Amino acid sequence: MSVLESKIPEGPIEKKWTKHKNEIDLVNPANKRNIDIIVVGTGLAGGSAAATLAELGYNVKTFCYQDSPRRAHSIAAQGGINASKNYQGDGDSDYRLFYDTVKGGDYRSREANVYRLAEVSGNIIDQCVAQGVPFAREYGGLLDNRSFGGVLVSRTFYAKGQTGQQLLLGAYSAMNRQINRGKIQAFNRHEMMDLVLVDGKARGIIARNLVSGEIERHSAHAVVLASGGYGNVFYLSTNAMGSNVMAAWRAHKKGAFFANPCFTQIHPTCIPVSGDLQSKLTLMSESLRNDGRIWVPKKEEDAKAIREGKLKPTELGEDDRDYYLERRYPAFGNLVPRDVASRAAKERCDAGYGVNKTGQAVYLDFKAAIERYGKEKAFTSGHKNPSEDEIIKLGEEVVESKYGNLFEMYEKITDQNPYKTPMMIFPAVHYTMGGLWVDYNLMTTIPGCYAAGEANFSDHGANRLGASALMQGLADGYFVLPYTIGDYLADDIRTGEISTDTEEFETAEREVKERIQKLFDANGKNPVDYYHKKLGKIMWNKCGMSRNEKELKEAMEEIKELRDDFWANVKLTGKAEAKNQELEKAGRVADFLELGELFAKDALERNESCGGHFREEYQTEDGEALRDDENYKFVSAWEFVGNPRDAKLHKEKLEFDNIELKTRSYK
Amino acid sequence: MAGINKSTIARKVAMALSGLFLVLFLAQHLTINFTTVVSPSTFNELSHFMGTNFVVQAILQPILIAGVIFHFVMGFVLEIRNSKARAVSYKKFNGAANSTWMSRNMIISGIVVLAFLGLHFYDFWIPELVHKYVESHPDDPYRYYDETIAKFAGDPIRTGLYVFAFIFLMLHLLHGFASSFQTLGAKNKYQKGLAGYKSGTSKLIRNLTTAYAIVVPMGFVFIALYHYFNNL
Amino acid sequence: MKLKLKIWRQEDAQDQGGFQDYTVDGIDGDMSFLEMLDVLNNDLVNDGKEPVEFDHDCREGICGSCCLQINGEPHGPDRLITTCQLHMRKFNDGDEIVIEPFRATAFPVIKDLVIDRSSFDRIQHAGGYISVNTSGNTQDANSIPIEKEKADDSFYAATCIGCGACVAACKNASAMLFTSAKVSQLALLPQGEIEAHDRVLNMVHQMDKEGFGNCTNTGACEIECPKGISLENIARMNREYLSASVAG
Repeated sequence: MSVLESKIPEGPIEKKWTKHKNEIDLVNPANKRNIDIIVVGTGLAGGSAAATLAELGYNVKTFCYQDSPRRAHSIAAQGGINASKNYQGDGDSDYRLFYDTVKGGDYRSREANVYRLAEVSGNIIDQCVAQGVPFAREYGGLLDNRSFGGVLVSRTFYAKGQTGQQLLLGAYSAMNRQINRGKIQAFNRHEMMDLVLVDGKARGIIARNLVSGEIERHSAHAVVLASGGYGNVFYLSTNAMGSNVMAAWRAHKKGAFFANPCFTQIHPTCIPVSGDLQSKLTLMSESLRNDGRIWVPKKEEDAKAIREGKLKPTELGEDDRDYYLERRYPAFGNLVPRDVASRAAKERCDAGYGVNKTGQAVYLDFKAAIERYGKEKAFTSGHKNPSEDEIIKLGEEVVESKYGNLFEMYEKITDQNPYKTPMMIFPAVHYTMGGLWVDYNLMTTIPGCYAAGEANFSDHGANRLGASALMQGLADGYFVLPYTIGDYLADDIRTGEISTDTEEFETAEREVKERIQKLFDANGKNPVDYYHKKLGKIMWNKCGMSRNEKELKEAMEEIKELRDDFWANVKLTGKAEAKNQELEKAGRVADFLELGELFAKDALERNESCGGHFREEYQTEDGEALRDDENYKFVSAWEFVGNPRDAKLHKEKLEFDNIELKTRSYK
Repeated sequence: MAGINKSTIARKVAMALSGLFLVLFLAQHLTINFTTVVSPSTFNELSHFMGTNFVVQAILQPILIAGVIFHFVMGFVLEIRNSKARAVSYKKFNGAANSTWMSRNMIISGIVVLAFLGLHFYDFWIPELVHKYVESHPDDPYRYYDETIAKFAGDPIRTGLYVFAFIFLMLHLLHGFASSFQTLGAKNKYQKGLAGYKSGTSKLIRNLTTAYAIVVPMGFVFIALYHYFNNL
Repeated sequence: MKLKLKIWRQEDAQDQGGFQDYTVDGIDGDMSFLEMLDVLNNDLVNDGKEPVEFDHDCREGICGSCCLQINGEPHGPDRLITTCQLHMRKFNDGDEIVIEPFRATAFPVIKDLVIDRSSFDRIQHAGGYISVNTSGNTQDANSIPIEKEKADDSFYAATCIGCGACVAACKNASAMLFTSAKVSQLALLPQGEIEAHDRVLNMVHQMDKEGFGNCTNTGACEIECPKGISLENIARMNREYLSASVAG
């Protein structure tokens, strides 16, 4: 038995969670008043956990770097949230949601956790509706559903293209209620700088007040990290500018194992990079692939002419276009899963067929859809001999009614009219499945330190399905963690308040201050962004959509060199004891520079291709992912032992008792 | 009245109600004035009635004066509070980009109307009080028309001031009348902003209040100009 | 493009602050306004000067962090966008751009263009929620059907991102649109009706306490709101407030 105790309850999968809830220890209401919990991050997972813990009676302190909990990046999720409500009567069930999620994750997630996720998914919808979240409804007044990629049922609840926003504001309002009751103390514009351990247990954090620059000590009986993913290690991603790995990485360095860091989701339909000074990528909903056809020019010289602006895509005839997804995957065509679509786009661009000024984009063309819809519309409205122009006009109306807001957004950003010329898209880093290793109770390998939401590794395996991130964040925060944390805290009812006047806090605070000073002491050659961009380039080119041994090894070296250079030569301005955005960025980039190396190492050690992790050495003859269930059916949990490259691997073997392992094929 | 100052909304509601009351009064005032154009004798009759009727003099007139005073005092209170809400002002503020001049400058149009009220009291109300109570003239039901006309006859400056003031009254009403419905919570569907001519509170309210805001002040302007030009 | 920038610089809350002139060069029309500021900041850091601090996070128009008054308008001259979605193609070579923080007494400046909008949070604390605990046995989501039109109106009100453009645009620095959006969202739903009276009274009370101005219905807030939240919500809040006041 390894040190990784997953604590999965015994019994049949559909009984495990109920049984576990019945058996774990509880804290009685009077004692909860004497227990403090710190929640770092106020997105869906953190916000919902904080509100629920406070409702239960614990004293909660929340921390977020934004000026308000409402701004956490969960707010940017567009599409929806899955739940196995079976409101559409199309045969959905907890088992089916569980099955789809495990399969979608390419069989690299823990069965018991995923089943629990499916089990509580319906409660999430009930809870959110009770809170006043305005989900989309049908004319009959009941909740509407839409379908999403990779599944055969309609189980996605949504609020237009702003589902994440509405759910986050729901959690935020639940928090506000507790703030008003005095049960939550919200520390906004605060960043967790380190985790404090007392006798091996998580007992508090060191935080920096981002307005005054003051370093503060905060104690608690348990610490919940809900600080999101680490997609920004790639510099350009769909994450928010401030999204960072600091809280998780600090915990990792204090003893929490980091699991599957190389499992990263790269979303195929983002607006391409327009220039070197771009700071951020914007996602276009996956739903566009229902009607758009993806292509690049068939001839390299055409692609070149388009890049140079000498040729327009609309001038290229059908025979000169390569609809490469339809060519490679006739069965699924443009609707292959995210990881497959992303890799195929990269393959074409690498081969020199990319469009856009940079050559890093492919077309997503709605012309065929506009014509098809136009003809249908003309026919159904009894228009027998419509002219070409009339067909296009009618077709554009139909497309507008389906995707109008997305087309508008695209035009705002690119200044091109997607009704008249094909959209350009390119894959972008979107979500990280990897994260802190947690057991069934969501506790990391540090007692008393929990991880929830994207910050943990748990439920999505090697690839996440659409509309599952919101589900997992809220499941963790509303329905899992508030129960499981009681099991640990039941032993703490006699502990009393944790003092911050101890050596442990003293040392942690000193180390944080020294680290900040070290940043100021560097030679001051290059701004923080210089390093972040460089790191992003290494990650994207060598640890991105497809990886190989040689480049991963190079990446590890390059990242190490870059990190050394960073600490020697980074340039900071301003003061530590004041608001200082450069310092904030520097602290975050410093951690990305360590995580990046572990990321590459993890990718190097996983000698198989699965989900978002594609190793060029492990592919079938026609270029498809080759999973190795015999040797790699485990979670890689890394223990920090001084340097990211020396991290020690612990394996949590994955058992699949309820689902048969199969090869994913989309041919 | 105690509750009026307790919240921004309560203050606004009081402002809207007093404003609506004054709007109604304008209609009555215009109707009587208009009789000077069509029938001087009717004007004299009505004026005499208004000037001597106990209910009008002892009850309605004080209410009206209270309404006027309340409306302008509250207007100033709001203006002061609002300027406090932005202690440091913008160096560049492009209000024209998102709102009408009328809506942003109610205090200016209001001050002009208030100044006009001063002139108007000086012209009519004070002489009337002097006539009735200081000099204690006997009742003369036929004097009103001639006295009124005399103010404009041969006085282009006064006529001009009246016209100028009524234009500002129009500007004040163009925003204020429609705005009061919004403040009172009228159920409306808006397109783009309350402010624009083409849009605003539900079409009916918008159109009616706009028509009223133009017709009533222009009616006063017409009457003033009519008498001025008729007596050249 | 080459641009002249007049930017508000202020050391901290106590500092008086003032404008400083900068020039940026090599600006491309495809860049966002914040990326243009990134270029300026990069230049400043390279020169060893402190960069201009401004709030930003998601850079896709949904988090509501960015809050710049650009040439006298919140989020600049374009409509239905936040500052991060404003693109430089809206400007011309040689333009002078005046950049200030959103200004209101209830939004004190923290540093440069960064403001403290915690007054918005406190308005929400006062009642921007439905009192329901997380139990796992809340009644089924479909047990109360809600008229689609009401659900949609509630959603439109709920799309508020709390950026503060409404306050910034208002000549009175009034927070009525912000407050009314939440009041409306919840008042339109059967779940929110039960606490409707207390909610509107408490939220308006807090709004006043924070020092926001009176609404004078100029409508500027609606025009400048990145999410196009309707003035209708203000009328609804007025209505709710009056009926709550009458009911005591």
